[in-house]
Amino acid sequence: MGNPIKIIKNGILDENPTFRQVIGMCPTLATTTSAINGIGMGLSTAAVLICSNVAIAALRKFIPDKVRIPAFVVVIASFVTIVQFLLQAYLPSLNDALGLYIPLIVVNCIILGRAEAFASKNSAIDSLFDGVGNGLGFTIALTVIGLVREFIGSGTLFGITVLPDFFPKTLMFIMSPGAFLTLGVLMAILNYVTSKKSA
Amino acid sequence: MDQLVQPNLIMLILFAIFVNNYVLSQFLGICPFLGVSKKLETAVGMGVAVIFVITLSSAVTYFVYHLLLVNLHIEYLYNIAFILVIAALVQLVEMFLKKSSPSLYQALGVYLPLITTNCAVLGVAVVNMQNNYTFIASVLNGFGGATGFALSIILFAGIRERMAFNNIPKPFQGFPIALVSATLMSLAFLGFQGLIQL
Repeated sequence: MGNPIKIIKNGILDENPTFRQVIGMCPTLATTTSAINGIGMGLSTAAVLICSNVAIAALRKFIPDKVRIPAFVVVIASFVTIVQFLLQAYLPSLNDALGLYIPLIVVNCIILGRAEAFASKNSAIDSLFDGVGNGLGFTIALTVIGLVREFIGSGTLFGITVLPDFFPKTLMFIMSPGAFLTLGVLMAILNYVTSKKSA
Repeated sequence: MDQLVQPNLIMLILFAIFVNNYVLSQFLGICPFLGVSKKLETAVGMGVAVIFVITLSSAVTYFVYHLLLVNLHIEYLYNIAFILVIAALVQLVEMFLKKSSPSLYQALGVYLPLITTNCAVLGVAVVNMQNNYTFIASVLNGFGGATGFALSIILFAGIRERMAFNNIPKPFQGFPIALVSATLMSLAFLGFQGLIQL
């Protein structure tokens, strides 16, 4: 068994799904119009990721190698359906805000990627930690992007007005171009910081 | 059952290609958009493959939903049903390409099986279902959306090919500059907003 802290840290920092592996981009760009939506999407994805990682790792000896991808997808789709029902029942407003992107968690490359790269080769407990690490890494990335876009685009943070009214808001940031720009610039800043550190 | 909706078909296609572009305004299919757009040739191949798969899957998922799921009263299982249909279809296209065009098959590499996880494919199926489109509207919406995807990935590959010779600041090399160029493209497509109303 691997070291749980190391596995979790690996998911959050060294192999951060958004900034390092650059996968799972669709929800990252689409749902980060505000920090709350970012957290909601991140946590929903993390919940599916953790459950599917554990289930797939537990079943890995029984799933024939040739049909493993369809089998993984069915496991993931089942958990997504469960999460969707839970959101509809308990957090309808978040469910409306995320809309189409909840069923689309099924095709988030992070989940299938972790199933293929980690859960199908490791024990259920290690896969649990891997799911927690990657899930948290994804949630943190989405929250940061959401914070930046919400602050510049509507002058609020977590829904609380921060910028005074006379300050001009750059609406573009909560529209589609702002999503690309924010992610690109954040990634460049991260590259700059890491290159300074290693130099 | 609710009444099926059939909007003006020409408007529907134009709306799906330009106004509601799946990549640049809906953020569906970003992974292949960023991943397979380094060379124009592979971008064209990917675009064509996606048009084919999405048009086909819109038709098949329409029947699966309206004939199977609705009749059995298991509409809530649409997600699982759709993704299985799409996975099978992609497998079929892969086998077909392997035989008929090995060079394209080589060029598309890992991205071909990844069409399964191209959110645009599942996204179109879910949008068709949620809007209650008729069969023709579903297929055309799929075709339009996929054409919009192909258009943006091909344009984007053209930009990236030119950018390869530019002197880009080190932290921006790779994905960041690609994202910044996508920003500008997305800004341009924002100009189509409100042009057509369905």
